[in-house]
Amino acid sequence: MSKKSYRQAINEALRQEMRRDPTVIIMGEDVAGGAGAPGEQDAWGGVLGVTKGLLAEFGRDRILDTPLSESAYIGAAAGAAATGLRPVAELMFVDFLGVCFDQIFNQAAKFRYMFGGKARTPLVIRAMYGAGFRAASQHSQSLYPIFTHIPGLKVVIPSSAYEAKGLLIQSIRDDDPVIFLEHKVLYDTEEEVPDEAYTIPFGEANLTREGRDVTIVAIGRMVGLANEAADRLAKQGISCTVLDPRTTSPLDTATILECVEETGRLVIVDEASPRCNIATDISALVAQEAFGALKAPIRMVCPPHVPVPFAPNLEDAYVPSAARIEAAVQSVMVAQKKAA
Amino acid sequence: MSQITPITMPKFGLAMTEGKVALWSKPEGAEIKVGDELADIETTKITNAYESPVRGNLRRHVAPEGEDLPVGALIAVVADAGVPDAEIDAFIAQFQASFAIKGGDVAAAPPEPKTMQAGAWTIRYLETGEGQDGTPILLIHGFGGDLNNWLFTQPALSERHRVIAIDLPGHGGSTKQMDSGDLSTLAGAVVSLMKALDLPACHLVGHSLGGAVALQVALDEPGRVAAVTLLAPAGMGGPINHAFIQGFITSGRHKQLQPVLELLFADPTLVSRDMAEEVLRFKRLDGAEQALQRIADASFDGDRQRISLREQAAALGAVPVQVIWGEKDQILPPGADLPGGWTLHTLPDTGHMPHMERSAEVNRLILDFTAG
Repeated sequence: MSKKSYRQAINEALRQEMRRDPTVIIMGEDVAGGAGAPGEQDAWGGVLGVTKGLLAEFGRDRILDTPLSESAYIGAAAGAAATGLRPVAELMFVDFLGVCFDQIFNQAAKFRYMFGGKARTPLVIRAMYGAGFRAASQHSQSLYPIFTHIPGLKVVIPSSAYEAKGLLIQSIRDDDPVIFLEHKVLYDTEEEVPDEAYTIPFGEANLTREGRDVTIVAIGRMVGLANEAADRLAKQGISCTVLDPRTTSPLDTATILECVEETGRLVIVDEASPRCNIATDISALVAQEAFGALKAPIRMVCPPHVPVPFAPNLEDAYVPSAARIEAAVQSVMVAQKKAA
Repeated sequence: MSQITPITMPKFGLAMTEGKVALWSKPEGAEIKVGDELADIETTKITNAYESPVRGNLRRHVAPEGEDLPVGALIAVVADAGVPDAEIDAFIAQFQASFAIKGGDVAAAPPEPKTMQAGAWTIRYLETGEGQDGTPILLIHGFGGDLNNWLFTQPALSERHRVIAIDLPGHGGSTKQMDSGDLSTLAGAVVSLMKALDLPACHLVGHSLGGAVALQVALDEPGRVAAVTLLAPAGMGGPINHAFIQGFITSGRHKQLQPVLELLFADPTLVSRDMAEEVLRFKRLDGAEQALQRIADASFDGDRQRISLREQAAALGAVPVQVIWGEKDQILPPGADLPGGWTLHTLPDTGHMPHMERSAEVNRLILDFTAG
């Protein structure tokens, strides 16, 4: 056991599953680099170096550099999955999924259902998401609500290095198509990660802390910010539960409702655009199923409904911050006092 | 000037960097003796009673309850009742000023566990107290445990002994893939590690199932064993709490696991979120749950123990054996009929984890036994 970065944890998960199971392959743009050219082999390991070093161990039969055509290789990966391999396809930026909508939504997601349960599609699509990396509007979105909307897809959003390794191994072993989203700002964050392989089951929320006053549901990178806010709030005498759903599909609705029943107040932190995102979804769930437990209105901490700005000051203002989470929690505490 | 003694934040376990006074057990002004419980110190892993290392008057609580402080920070001051308050104030001010400059106990990095190929096994172990004169001590955890169970034990013992805490096969960082989980397999792995490390005869300290393993090692290889301390050992006949064993294996979530872990202690509030999280993290490792099930199947049959070493163990003869049992053990209830010549220490208000719940007393018993 040692400290590993989010990037290393993902690389180690890929390596260990490729060693364990010869049907696991990797496909994507520049996942190795240098194919068909005299230049350096495995120069980058993908745009942010996540797959670096795998080529030397597994070779070009299993680490496949693809053309710059998401529609082609995501379709190929879906077909490979349906016919016996376990491909892990890297989509680089989740923002590019638009060009392979059909392959993901209408093909991979539907195979099991439309073939009467006889087809398996053990496909993982890894992609980077999220703002804060100065990558402008077309490389900074948090598009998991779109995938969550499609029945037949599983959607996984790891919030830390430990989570990333266990959830990726689980994703690779899963027999359904999994969208695995990595926040680019988290790649260099480190924590203790076991050297051995391990799995974290889908649909089980992780409570990073338990408190009595407010439940904060946070997704992906927002989990760390929610914990930061909860630390500050604890000093003000406000104790928070922080709930990381880990997967938005399946969603652990039971644990969300349990926590809301216990605390009576809910703040949801979601980096996705504010209309039809995970915060609105969870908000609707709680309004329907736990309305009686609420002591204050539900608060959502989300970005404004605009493209992610490129100007650094605007981008910083766009992304939910620990300070905004803190203020939202304080506001639901006050709302309770007024009611009483 | 009269004697003024600082009481500082203790270091429980090798990795502890900070802790807090959860509760002062003695008020300001109380006369205290060595060994009196001063405070409950809470770390992220567990809360532990801290015993006074000195005698005198507890003049001042410096640490407020509930505040996180680094190891080595001043938490209280002990002095004679006659020392003027002004001197106490000056002492505190001086301590705090110099502590702020030193930045606390910037100790060397804690020792890291190592792994070693021992026979067919990869075994993880943590070695401390290298170069100490005393008989080496080998610590063997129980079912579902690992070397971290000895966090309150290993530092104290390694002030006089070379101490090696191991992870049994199927546990911690050791091999999870096992064809058989029976006692001789586990004992064989321990012997393999003793050979691989070229250890002389050791004092074996085994807890619960690890106690049965220690006895099996002593029976198989008496020449490698100088003495045995058994903490709430398995293998002595009597029932085993089946609900605990199965609950431990099958619980995949905090909410299920927490009440199961609470069975381990007389005081269930000792089970922290982090303790449950560590167990869950272990159980998520590939092969861990299967290994636990194998080991449980080999050793336990419902509420009954399959293994009984009592008759054979009576034949150990020259190897001295002491047994420490918590009076409120809910896993392996005390009261087993032990072989003649063994010393039994029953600890009041103690559950199945005496080395965590009554660490100071257990450490004393082990050190005395091995010195005697």
